[in-house]
Amino acid sequence: MNRIQTKLQDNKKLLSIYFSAGYPALNDTVDIIKRLENSGVDMIEIGLPFSDPLADGPTIQESSTKALKNGMHTELLFDQLQDIRKSVSIPLILMGYFNPMLQYGVEAFCQKCEAVGIDGFIIPDLPAEVYHDQYKAIFERYGLINIFLITPQTSEARIRYIDSISDGFIYMVSSASTTGAQSGFGSTQQDYFERIANMHLKNPQIVGFGISNHETFTQATTHAKGAIIGSAFIKHLTNKGTKHIDEFVDGVLGKF
Amino acid sequence: MSYHVNKKGYYGQFGGAFIPEMLYPNIEELRQKYLSIMAEPDFKTEFEQLLKEYVGRPTPLYFAKRFSEKYNTKIYFKREDLCHTGAHKVNNTIGQILMAKRLGKTRIIAETGAGQHGVATATVCALAGLECIVYMGEIDIARQAPNVARMKMLGAEVRPAMSGSRTLKDATNEAIRDWINHPEDTHYIIGSAVGPHPYPDMVARFQSVVSEEIKWQLNAAEGTENPDYVVACVGGGSNAAGAYYHFLNDERVGLIAVEAAGKGVDTGESAATSILGKEGIIHGSKTLLMQTKDGQITEPYSISAGLDYPGVGPMHAHLYTTKRAEFVPVTDDDAMTAGLTLSQLEGIIPAIETAHAFAIFENRTFKPNDIVVVCLSGRGDKDLNTYIDYFKL
Repeated sequence: MNRIQTKLQDNKKLLSIYFSAGYPALNDTVDIIKRLENSGVDMIEIGLPFSDPLADGPTIQESSTKALKNGMHTELLFDQLQDIRKSVSIPLILMGYFNPMLQYGVEAFCQKCEAVGIDGFIIPDLPAEVYHDQYKAIFERYGLINIFLITPQTSEARIRYIDSISDGFIYMVSSASTTGAQSGFGSTQQDYFERIANMHLKNPQIVGFGISNHETFTQATTHAKGAIIGSAFIKHLTNKGTKHIDEFVDGVLGKF
Repeated sequence: MSYHVNKKGYYGQFGGAFIPEMLYPNIEELRQKYLSIMAEPDFKTEFEQLLKEYVGRPTPLYFAKRFSEKYNTKIYFKREDLCHTGAHKVNNTIGQILMAKRLGKTRIIAETGAGQHGVATATVCALAGLECIVYMGEIDIARQAPNVARMKMLGAEVRPAMSGSRTLKDATNEAIRDWINHPEDTHYIIGSAVGPHPYPDMVARFQSVVSEEIKWQLNAAEGTENPDYVVACVGGGSNAAGAYYHFLNDERVGLIAVEAAGKGVDTGESAATSILGKEGIIHGSKTLLMQTKDGQITEPYSISAGLDYPGVGPMHAHLYTTKRAEFVPVTDDDAMTAGLTLSQLEGIIPAIETAHAFAIFENRTFKPNDIVVVCLSGRGDKDLNTYIDYFKL
């Protein structure tokens, strides 16, 4: 069983954290991952920076741009992650846009991911149908789970389709927005969370976009299995560096 | 062989819709409805009427006597520069604003590089009484001040794209992000034959009026519907898509696509996307684009702000790979010289984008009896400052 699937069976709400590899400094990647695991984070999304991240808001765009300026590239990320499984055991998901993977060669990319111990992908601009028709077999050959997004505008039929081709969790985008665009959840979002919960999908849902602190984490996980934080964590890294990651995680989990 | 889009939204291996799930409902709605809306009789009537009475179509097919004599072949100009707002761009924005209204959208967004598409969008939004927001790179805003003013005068809001390289590709990213944040009331009017399916096909169809007119106009002038060659400049590729459209599957008609070589294809400062590009994904489409070996999209260079897009439409990527069209790179210097030649031989000051298409006659010979139609896609008013600086006028 894949580490993601195992983790989803834990009897608790899961916290997943996103960061851009190569940010704030080029060689912070491994340090950030270790600190996140030691602080009690359940899953990590490692962002492979891209020049044109069109589903992301300003915070993640800026961290991507900075990471690229720092010199981050695909092969270097694999080098940094080479020994990661000697010290880190939580699921690691690679999040990135499709073009860098395509240029590396999809099969070679998957092979490398399996070798360093990546468990799955979130690829915002790889549509479910294209994945299913062209890449599913390759991803599966290397034990990689692909995670799909749904939004408040996704039709019920499409949610059912995405559920049928998913094998881990469904990334539930909290509202119609790019990343980091809003703060707090109103009744519209609560209704949406409840509506999806009542669909009794086979895959658990993890909520992303708009979670920044203990309050929003609690709201997001009332119905869902977990929540993902990206922009708020990157802001924390920008302001406080990598040394105080535990403070951020404690805050989100309500451990004061 | 067909060079049109297939049922799945591809031109050969290029095209498709590589979009985030957040855009799926909008793109899917458009995909399902665009052909049936375009086929509705009242849509066609309204579109054709606006093209005639508002845009000023049909635009002339002009036999350029002096230009033909100079290059010893028969050269016709398709005068898209005479369209309202000064370029072919408005053919597409008229079509898309009517589409947006039928889709029940009340808010329009667009991207623009040099400002021509932004002006064409602001124009039709004024005409339709719809809110208009145009994204434009911060750097382009500074270098295209007159077009920014025109958009504002037309009632549009011009929002600076501050991310990345702050030019056209980033303006496109910002427009896509806006659409993600406004999924219900907004239609995105893409300005070129780029982006996710069905945009390249929809834009090509709205622009196809250009080749439709060429056929009957040429028939009246020469007794044949088919020229030997159709020449057009290609950035994203909308004027070329329109000028080629009705000739795509007739291989007797040669297609020549002129790309901006900037300071030279091998100088590192170029926008010759098909020659320098590799297959990849940009703005939701699989096509040829300029990128690093790691798949980061790079910033192209051309003296013309309308041709410096790092990708090319998927139709053109397919025409390039299948060799259906001949792709010719033209440098800044050659384009500027051609602009001056055209001005002084025919009394027409072309847009610098368009001037690229006219530069090919210096290096490429045609037979005396060949009929060559050049798409004169836009007029040069917006480029006067660049011409003044270049020629020290």
